Parts: sequence; C-alpha cells; structure tokens
Amino acid sequence: MNDITETRKPPVATTGILGWLRMNLFSNWVNSLISLFVLYILIQFIPWILNWTIFAADFKYNFNGEEIIDRTMCSRVLDPENGGACWAIIYVRFYQFMYGFYPRDEVWRVNLSYIMLAVAVVPLLFDKFPFRKHFLKFTYVFPVIVFFLLNGGLGLESVSTNKWGGLLVTLVLGCTGIALAFPLGIVLALGRRSNLPVISMMCTLFIEFIRGVPLITLLFFGMVMLPLFLPEGINMDGLARVLVAVTLFQSAYMAEVIRGGLQAIPQGQYEAARSIGLSYWQMNLKVVLPQAIRISIPSIVNTSIGLFKDTTLVIIVGLLDLLGIGRGALADTTWLGLAYEVYFFVSLVFFIFTFAMSRYSLYLEKKLKTGINMGAD
Amino acid sequence: MSEDSIISLQNVNKWFGDFHVLKDVDLDVKKKERIVVCGPSGSGKSTMIRCINRLEEHQEGTIIVDGIELTGNLKNIDSVRKEVGMVFQQFNLFPHLSVKENITLAPIWVKKMPKLEAEELAMQQLEIVKIPEQANKYPGQLSGGQQQRVAIARSLAMKPNIMLFDEPTSALDPEMIKEVLDVMIDLAEGGMTMIVVTHEMGFAKTVADRMVFMDEGRIVEQAIPEKFFNNPESDRTKLFLSQILNH
Repeated sequence: MNDITETRKPPVATTGILGWLRMNLFSNWVNSLISLFVLYILIQFIPWILNWTIFAADFKYNFNGEEIIDRTMCSRVLDPENGGACWAIIYVRFYQFMYGFYPRDEVWRVNLSYIMLAVAVVPLLFDKFPFRKHFLKFTYVFPVIVFFLLNGGLGLESVSTNKWGGLLVTLVLGCTGIALAFPLGIVLALGRRSNLPVISMMCTLFIEFIRGVPLITLLFFGMVMLPLFLPEGINMDGLARVLVAVTLFQSAYMAEVIRGGLQAIPQGQYEAARSIGLSYWQMNLKVVLPQAIRISIPSIVNTSIGLFKDTTLVIIVGLLDLLGIGRGALADTTWLGLAYEVYFFVSLVFFIFTFAMSRYSLYLEKKLKTGINMGAD
Repeated sequence: MSEDSIISLQNVNKWFGDFHVLKDVDLDVKKKERIVVCGPSGSGKSTMIRCINRLEEHQEGTIIVDGIELTGNLKNIDSVRKEVGMVFQQFNLFPHLSVKENITLAPIWVKKMPKLEAEELAMQQLEIVKIPEQANKYPGQLSGGQQQRVAIARSLAMKPNIMLFDEPTSALDPEMIKEVLDVMIDLAEGGMTMIVVTHEMGFAKTVADRMVFMDEGRIVEQAIPEKFFNNPESDRTKLFLSQILNH
C-alpha cells in the first residue's frame, strides 16, 4: 500500500543524459531530423577547423622545420592541399599587435599597465573578492597611474600617443570610453528626467544629437573640429580627441539605458526616500540608482560590448588599433595573402574580451535574481 | 490656530489638473493627538496627509507643521520631513537594502550619525516593532506584516514628532493586520502625534482622540469616536458608517 505522501523518483526516461536527449533533441521526428542534420554538419566542420587552425598549422616553423620569415615559407603556400593556417605572421608581428610602435625599451610600462588593469578591475567586478575595499582604493587611483605610466612624465620618458597601437589602443579606448561614459550617462539620464525644464531640455538635446549621428562622424568631428573650440596654442593629442568623441557617443547610449532602468523604479521608492528626509542626491545615489542600474545591467553590458567593437572605427581617423595593425600587417608584401590568419586572430582577441563581458553580465543577472541577496553591489 | 496645535491646515485647496481634490480643508491637530481619517475612496484623505509632508503640493491655503509653514522653500520642506514620519500602504521599503540598512539609511545620511550608533538605533526600533531577529534579511524575504513593521521602524528611526499613516493595513492579508495595528497602538500609547487614514474601525475606536470623515475633498464631520460612531450628524457619514460597519 502506498502512503499518499510518499515521494517517488521521476520516470527514468525524463532524467539523465538520455532523458535530456529525448526531451530536447528527439522529441518528435522533425526535431530528430534537424538534430541529425546539425550533427552531420558539426562532424564535417569541427575536424576541418581544428585541423586548419591547430594540427596542420604553422606556428613558428613550417613542415620542413624552417623558421618562417615570409609568406613563401608558409606550409599552406608551399603545399596548398595540406597546409593549415600560417600563424607565423601573428608570431612575428605579435609585438605590434599588442603594443603598436611603443618603444621596446619602454614596453614594460605597457605590460605593467595591463597587469594593473587586471588588479584594478577584477575586485571591482566581484564583490566577494578578499580585501576588496583596499583593492578598490587602488582602482580609483589606477587611471592616474596608468596615464603617467603610458604617456610619460614624472621622470618617465614621454611616449607620444601616435606610437601607441594594437591592443593597447583598443583597450585604452574601450576602457576609458566605458569608464567615463558610465558616470556621464548617469548624470545625463538624471538630467533628462529632471523637473527643471532647462536641464532636462539640454540633456535631451545632447542625447538626441549624439545618438542621431554616426560614430564615424563624431570621430571626424573630434579630429577636425574639436581643436577649433580650444583656445589658441593648446594642441590636443589625437588619441585624446578620439577619446572625447568615443566617450560622448557612449555616454548618450548609456544615458538612455539607465533612463530605462530609472523608469522601472516605482514612485513609492521616491516618496519613501523623500519622506525620511533624504535630499535629491542622497535619494538618487542611495535608493534609486542602485536599483535602476541593477535592472539595466544587461543593457549596460550590451552597449559596452558595442562600444568595445566600435573602437575599430578609429582606423578611419588614422589610429592603429588591433584591427588597424592587422590591416597594416596584411599590406606588408612579405606577408601578402595571409588575411585569414590575421582576421581570425583579431576576431579571436575581440571575442575573448566581449565574451568575457557577456558572461560576466549573465553571472551578475543570476546572482541578483537567484540571490535574495539584493544587497551586494 | 490654537496655542498647542502642532499641525494646522487652513483653507487648503488642491487640484490635480482640473480635478478639485481638496476643498477648503481646515484641520488642527494638537500635540499627542491621535486622529483617524476615514471616508470613501477618492475623498482626498490620502492627498490631505500627503500634503502635510509635502509629497503633494497644495495650491491655496496654508499648512503649518510644528511652526514651519510649507511653501516652495526647500529648506522648510526638509525640516518638516525630519519632523514627520510616514508609513505607506505599499510599505515602500528599499528592496536592495537589508532591513537594518533600510532603517539606518536616513540617520546616517540625513543626521550624519556614526554607523555603529545608527545600527544600535535600528536595533532599538526593531525591538519596538517586535522583529529584531529579521535585521539582516531583505524586504523580499519578509511577510507583508513584517515589511510594514520595518517601514514603521524606518520612520521612527528619524525620531519624528508626528507620524502619518496612509492606509497602513490595506495591502495586508487579514491575519497580518493585527500585528501592525498592535505596533501602532503601542505608538499611540507612547504619546506620538498620529494621523491615520484607515478603515479599521476597531482600531479607530480604541485609539482615536478624534475622527475625521472626508467626502469629495471636504471634511464633512469631525467628532470624538463615541459621538462619531453612535450619533453622527451628517447623512453622508451615517451612510458611510452603515456600509462599512454592517457587512
């Protein structure tokens, strides 16, 4: 006799790997057919791509064991039938991909900056990081340190920004753009919702203007027109001009994303904050924004990923970011025709960064949703 | 306005667009007086008490709270809000902060109290509302009754002289209403000046010094509870009472 409260195990057919396969891939004949078709494609494609990118590929030496110094020594040029990717182009030009034309004697400064970037950002992203509070102090001064470290000054030899390039430029543009646009976006979003018509109108105009103009136009604007607005005799650095354009562009998008979050906050939150005596800024900083930003995390990360990729547009105004260095490498006659390798590598580097951002956003969403722990920030 | 009145509304008029919500409202509240406001929905009860801490702006007439007149002057509004606590129908706790943080927020930022002292204060307030064990939980983990008691503690932490309650039990399940009313009765017995908008007539009978009945934006009748319930003057009051008492 069965007790009515006795719990039973679920039917075997719905659990485990087999159950999962049956439920998700072979639930009816159409699904089964699609599953088999996709499986066939994967079986055809994956070995080929692994072979091309890894097993049959050259890294430093070709299949004869010679060190590759130009395109004619690549296995796939010598033997188009069997040769895989010729990563030697990346290997030989790796320095440029990472640092551009930064002087070799000073390159430790860039490496140190990369390491410090990790030390500054990781504790910021994970609230359980040990001694986070102390690390965050470092995060605040990090931009200043890196500015002098990369740019020179305070006893360090000055390195002009036109020598910067590759991943260095991509990261400087991406990180600075995102980091500066975030607070600026918050201010613009609050401004747009302000009760004061002048402020609200100015913010709205600014946001709509910037959003209505392509980034490339803003980059040209920064390059050509920004100097006109500066007092005579002051010459603004090319990279700085582009940074201004990128930051303004990103802040307009950020503002709209955060405004979306602000609109989701119930009126009662404002009233409660007001009724216990909080001022406008206290109310926003302590009550409204923490909630609004939490809601907007997916969109914030989304626009940040967008910006990170859009930094490649600076090639138009003559800065050599990662993609720009890649195109430079392709224009070099010794390496002509290795476009696959270069674009694959550039894509991979971008993918690593953007995928990390997207995963982080998922992690945050999960943490904030599943954790009743709404308090961690 | 009498000598010892702490809140005084004179000829207050307010419109939402073209809609005239408050019509010539006059109300004097003495120190330590407990007022219960009732009336049909849309009668302007909530709007009236929300005008007292200026969550709503009145367009005509004067409102004086603890000697401060409410005008566009932001400084005055801030000082009035420090004197007046408010409890809402929907609790309006801050969901991203723990119970303790909800309560310490204003003392720390508005009164610049040191964190430890504020936390001690928060625990005292939680003792008053009888849920000290919930201090480290988040609002989402609490029942409605518990949330409303935290909301009361949050207001009390600012040591207000006056407490406004805007239908504090209307959003609660029946079995949780009592725990909130009990806290409010304790408060009343402690000598707090209170204005309570509620339909809990049992509570009104126990606690109120004066009943205020509103309809269509006007104060129709004011009386001590005995007279209000047993011998109301206006027909409108009689109709309202018959509808809410005999169901």
